[in-house]
Amino acid sequence: MSQIGPVLVDGVIYSAWLFIAAVGLTLVYGVMKILNVTHGSFYALGAYAGASLTGAWLARGYPPMLSYAVLLGGALLVTLVFAPAIERGLLRFMYAKDEVVILLVTYALFLILEDTIKLIWGVNPYFVAEPYALLGSFEVGGLRYPTYNLILVGLALALSAGLAWVLHSTRVGKLLLAVIHDPEMSRALGVNVDRFYLVTFTLGSLLAALGGSFTAPTVSVVPGLGVDVIVLSFAVVVIGGLGSLPGAALGAVIVGLVRSVSVHYLPQVELFVIYSVMALVLAFRPRGLFGLAEPRKI
Amino acid sequence: MKPDRTSLLLGAILAAVVLGGLALPQWTLFILTVAFAQGLVVLGLMLLQRAGLVSFGQALFYCIGAYTAGGLGRAFGTGDLFVQMAAGAAAAALVALMLGFLLARYRGIFFGLLSLALSMIFYGLIVKSEALGSTDGMNLVKSTLFGVRPDAGWVRYAMAVAAACVALGAALLTHRYLRTPLGRLGPAIKDNEIRVEYMGASVRYAIHVNYVIAATLAGAGGALAATTVGHIDPEMAYWTTSGEFVFIAILSGAGSVVAPFFGALVFGAIHTIAYDLSPNTWQMSMGAALLLAIVFLPDGLWSLFLRRKAA
Amino acid sequence: MPSILEAQGLNKSFGAVIAAEGVTAAIEKDSVVGLIGTNGAGKTTFINMITGYLKPDSGSIHYEGRDITALAPRDIARLGICRSFQIPQLYSSLSVRENMLMAMGIMLHNADLGGFFSVGRPNVPGHDAPAEEAADRILGCFGLAEYGDRNAQVLPGGMRKLLDIALTMAAKPRVLLLDEPTSGVSAQEKFGIMEVIMQAVKAEGATVIFVEHDMEVVSRFAGRVLAFYDGRIIADAPPEAALNDAEVRRYVVGGVHA
Repeated sequence: MSQIGPVLVDGVIYSAWLFIAAVGLTLVYGVMKILNVTHGSFYALGAYAGASLTGAWLARGYPPMLSYAVLLGGALLVTLVFAPAIERGLLRFMYAKDEVVILLVTYALFLILEDTIKLIWGVNPYFVAEPYALLGSFEVGGLRYPTYNLILVGLALALSAGLAWVLHSTRVGKLLLAVIHDPEMSRALGVNVDRFYLVTFTLGSLLAALGGSFTAPTVSVVPGLGVDVIVLSFAVVVIGGLGSLPGAALGAVIVGLVRSVSVHYLPQVELFVIYSVMALVLAFRPRGLFGLAEPRKI
Repeated sequence: MKPDRTSLLLGAILAAVVLGGLALPQWTLFILTVAFAQGLVVLGLMLLQRAGLVSFGQALFYCIGAYTAGGLGRAFGTGDLFVQMAAGAAAAALVALMLGFLLARYRGIFFGLLSLALSMIFYGLIVKSEALGSTDGMNLVKSTLFGVRPDAGWVRYAMAVAAACVALGAALLTHRYLRTPLGRLGPAIKDNEIRVEYMGASVRYAIHVNYVIAATLAGAGGALAATTVGHIDPEMAYWTTSGEFVFIAILSGAGSVVAPFFGALVFGAIHTIAYDLSPNTWQMSMGAALLLAIVFLPDGLWSLFLRRKAA
Repeated sequence: MPSILEAQGLNKSFGAVIAAEGVTAAIEKDSVVGLIGTNGAGKTTFINMITGYLKPDSGSIHYEGRDITALAPRDIARLGICRSFQIPQLYSSLSVRENMLMAMGIMLHNADLGGFFSVGRPNVPGHDAPAEEAADRILGCFGLAEYGDRNAQVLPGGMRKLLDIALTMAAKPRVLLLDEPTSGVSAQEKFGIMEVIMQAVKAEGATVIFVEHDMEVVSRFAGRVLAFYDGRIIADAPPEAALNDAEVRRYVVGGVHA
């Protein structure tokens, strides 16, 4: 009974993290019909940029409270450097190919980016914990949690509200929904689909980078950081439904709670249950809980 | 029955390994043996690819094969290569037989995602299993052939030759399978599944069969890899391992049962050379190689040989 | 003449759309039946129910006395009821001859012949010849032999139709359902194509049911006409009678749509 509090708090925090990490992936799939493996690379890029820039910021003695802005800025910077170049320079030549082939192209890019990160930042870990420790902690059910985790939750909520508002209340957002539903038709109606692809890819990558950047203060940033994130994001997005943003939220909540429960009661099955949920959803409702994509099932 | 071109080629490769292997250094024999192991997995991928399916979870069966081999050593002290490969193949086949009922109903990206999820479930199981060594994995007992442990200087050679026999034999059997009516269904299914069903054949059955064969090959490959490297760990079931197999499959192409082994060897060579040149950029080299293959050689390296023959 | 295929009281609706209502018809062995009606009248629904692609909401279908209503398309095909497609379903990556060989291969597979442990070249069931000879023979019947090495995708429309039907013939069907065999074919070619099809098909002794929009083709080749409208059969008679029927004239052949 007394475990419920911590289980819920952990679940909420982890769900928030999962949502931030995965929402960009589902956005890119929804608009471009691409399962983007470089999503994990941008998470890592964001983490490295956030950690290194914040580390430099703090080392120069600048106000620590502004380090959060640095995290944001780092993610933004690294996305703008890499995302448009990737989309315009390579990806857009591949759109005509089969979706599995495009996935392999993004996988190849992921491999390249893994080493690009090593070349830029080296192989030693970055550990910049100050932003994490700065805000103190709060107590639930006898356990202390760093207040920083509330930032993650806040960020997740802000992002979901922001995305929902953009999609449903702005002209750009509604055009995006049109492109999601039918790119051919949208193109025929004069929508600059190519530009939407560029914007979507950049936005999706930015979201991943934000996830990495804001997680950086809580972990030791090392090479290979993005590898686990990719497959977890796949799980979240599949459960919620490929291409569905509310689906990403639901998927994040489900995986977050499931993981939290298993970590507290039966830690050995943590990963097992997460991917079992993914498999179960695929087996019984392949298009996910909110999915748009109609799977080819015979 | 007159042996066809592929059988002759397989025979020639075996002869090359037996004779040429005598002159090769230990590390090359090691890479060669690993290439045979990976080639087996990729051969299975090729079968599925012909039917239009890409599995992102072959690591599941590769790992089942590996851990079966490891388990045999631990439980019975068996290190015999042939026993390990047979057991690994059988275990994988059994699992695939069951999973196939579910998977054979999926196509495209969903087939890929489900196969991925299944392999990650297995990963989740073994990575937390204390009994199996968790993230550290376990070591294997020393390999033997027909119960005999070769002398230290001859182990790698003997293993390479044994691996070649099994792998090339498997390739020969697969080649024969591909010439049966069932084996020929793959391209028809990939091209026009509806037509195949309307002509009275069960597409699901054909896919199920191909899936089980692919798993069997992967299980054997996993056992071989396990005993060659001498160590197994949960990473063998991770998505990156599956990704590597798909990488090799794209690199090889689906033109012949020999292609996967050739592709695996090239992959191993690039991997070794790139790593030696610069340990921090070998992944980049691999990524670049994959991109080049996708763009310039969509039918794989083997298509180079086919083009020359046609010219 | 005994009936080989019987549909009894077939009903099928998709929400508010009635695709079939009380459809009843007995098809005689070796007959040639034409199905006419405007788009959406229920002709293709009828064919889809017979071939098992759609299950009727109620009613039954009997083939040679056996109830096939609940069977899967695959099983119905194996029993001898085959169909061709409005949009030719070919193996677009293969040549004409390879398409035919693939069809023969499937026949061998269905009969468990030529498998892993077999030796030599088995005869394809019903064709009394190995796959290559049987394939060439059928291609010859349909006038496609000279196109053997051409890729199926680049064939002209009429040839694609013929190939689609030729592939179906590999199965030696007892009942052959042709979905608009001359659609997409130029006016001059229609009769020619239909002649080739009918000759080849009749030589094999099959019962033919074909959907057609061209009334001249129907009167020339069909011995009996079923006219559909709104999911019901509104006429069931030889061509001259059916085509002159008042309701048929009103709802199918010409005039105002209701």
